[in-house]
Amino acid sequence: MWKYILKRLLYMIPVLFGVSFLVFLILSLAPGDPAKAILGDQGTPEAIAQLREELGLNDPILVQYFRYAKNLVRGDLGMSYKTKGPVSKEIIARVPTTLKLTLSAIIIAVIVAIPLGIIAAVKQNTIFDGLSMFIALIGISIPIFWLGLLLLAQFAQKLGWFPAAGADSWKSFVLPGFALGFHSMASIARITRSSMLEVIRQDYIRTARSKGMTYNNVVRKHALPNALIPTITVTGLQVGYLLAGSVLTETVFSLPGIGRLIIYSIQGRDIPVVLGCILVFTIAFSVVNLLVDLLYAYVDPRIKAQYS
Amino acid sequence: MANNVNTKARGPIIEVIQRLAKNKAAMIGLAIVILLIVLALTAPLFYDYEQDIIKQNIPERFQKPNKDHLFGTDEFGRDLFARIIYGSRVSLSIGFSSVAVAFLVGGFLGAVAGYFGGWLDNIIMRFMDIFLAIPGTLFAITIAAALGDSIRNLIIALAISSVPGFARILRSSVISVRDVEFIEAAKAIGASDGRIITQHVIPNALAPVIVHTTLNVATIILTIAGLSFLGLGIRPPRPEWGQILSDGRSVILTYPHITASAGFAIMITILALNLLGDGLRDALDPRLK
Repeated sequence: MWKYILKRLLYMIPVLFGVSFLVFLILSLAPGDPAKAILGDQGTPEAIAQLREELGLNDPILVQYFRYAKNLVRGDLGMSYKTKGPVSKEIIARVPTTLKLTLSAIIIAVIVAIPLGIIAAVKQNTIFDGLSMFIALIGISIPIFWLGLLLLAQFAQKLGWFPAAGADSWKSFVLPGFALGFHSMASIARITRSSMLEVIRQDYIRTARSKGMTYNNVVRKHALPNALIPTITVTGLQVGYLLAGSVLTETVFSLPGIGRLIIYSIQGRDIPVVLGCILVFTIAFSVVNLLVDLLYAYVDPRIKAQYS
Repeated sequence: MANNVNTKARGPIIEVIQRLAKNKAAMIGLAIVILLIVLALTAPLFYDYEQDIIKQNIPERFQKPNKDHLFGTDEFGRDLFARIIYGSRVSLSIGFSSVAVAFLVGGFLGAVAGYFGGWLDNIIMRFMDIFLAIPGTLFAITIAAALGDSIRNLIIALAISSVPGFARILRSSVISVRDVEFIEAAKAIGASDGRIITQHVIPNALAPVIVHTTLNVATIILTIAGLSFLGLGIRPPRPEWGQILSDGRSVILTYPHITASAGFAIMITILALNLLGDGLRDALDPRLK
């Protein structure tokens, strides 16, 4: 097991460098001169040329990348073109906001989705099933930013129940968490339903019923633990979606998180910051995927057996 | 011989279509998708792009939905119904063409990796791992931002970010049919690798790809709207759903019809594609039902 974890962690290193190279290359090929973007309208040609020299923008791309990679090995993400401060400081300052946002999204999604999926499966082909799956379908189809705008207009601007911007208290994360988590809720509810449906048709469920266990107990003790295994995977997969979705959600709700930092930095051609944010998201995503796989092995002894 | 192959191949396809036709939700989805495509294709017959879509008509601005303007008008007095219909041209054409590119490139890479295995598989899939490590649509956002916001660049950005998904799916379904007896038989009578892949492996590995394609168009249409909403996609005055939604956000309380028209357009399209995709999945794999 430990060997497997170590192997996975080690494999993350080349992937991360691959990602950094890929994104570095793409961003360097982008039209627009970062030096011009930093200096804005006041930049004289001489000042721009001097800044390009200072930032090392005149070197070949590979040279620039190796300089970046060398710092990356030491955990140094470079300096922001805009603030002139270290990129890591910019990002760390915004981690709590994005973390709170994605966590509240996941919590809201899971709390709503699992009961919805179970009810839909246990009461298959009834009005409960229909209603749950209808909600799930809306969740899959509605764009985050529209849902976000609607929630913001109704519950923040009109009714004033929640703040319309900022990340000052837990209240600031209710609406964004709901907007971001709604889509994941739908996916999780759907997978819970279909996996539950599959499980309740298994022989061991019939066995449990025939020895006189009540239906509710069978569902709770036998069906649910087995049915939730695919749910764990899907929930883990949603993390990638949530991280990417945080860009839109943070924009709609004016939350000072990493997602918004990416958009700001893209607009300002602040390449080191964009790269840093994407790397942080990629690391978070990889770690969560690893954790999900481990959790999977923990809850399913058949998979655990494969590792040892 | 040719005849024989044909009748054999037709059977399951008709069976799939029959199963799909019995699925009411999937049929609704299909009907909506077809309707959207027809509207998008015929829009220029009813509207003049310059006159009806782009030209500002300030006296008629911010009209609520009425009989002249089914969805009302926007902040420049332009008819929202016409702009939403024209917006579908943008979303659908970018959606379908990027999926087509991703399907060809990703499908090719996945089929080659799965069929040959070994070092080639390793190189291709390790490369795909790098792409897949970047969460969700973040990669598309980065490429779109880097390339600049022309339609061609958007298609490239969205296609690149969809390639790994196709590669992975085709690879695993190719692996699942690779060692089946009929492939061995084709090899035994001396068929070339290219022929075996295109004539035998891909047709038999296609079911999951078809489902993925349908759902991927939905994801891409959502991403286009998201990109335009962030100001990284389609530029005004060209009508695009995410763009229209973004335009209406400042007046969402007073004139909610602007954001609603674009929001519903996106939602119905995604819903239809999802219903169709789910229906296809059930029809292609009856074991799941």
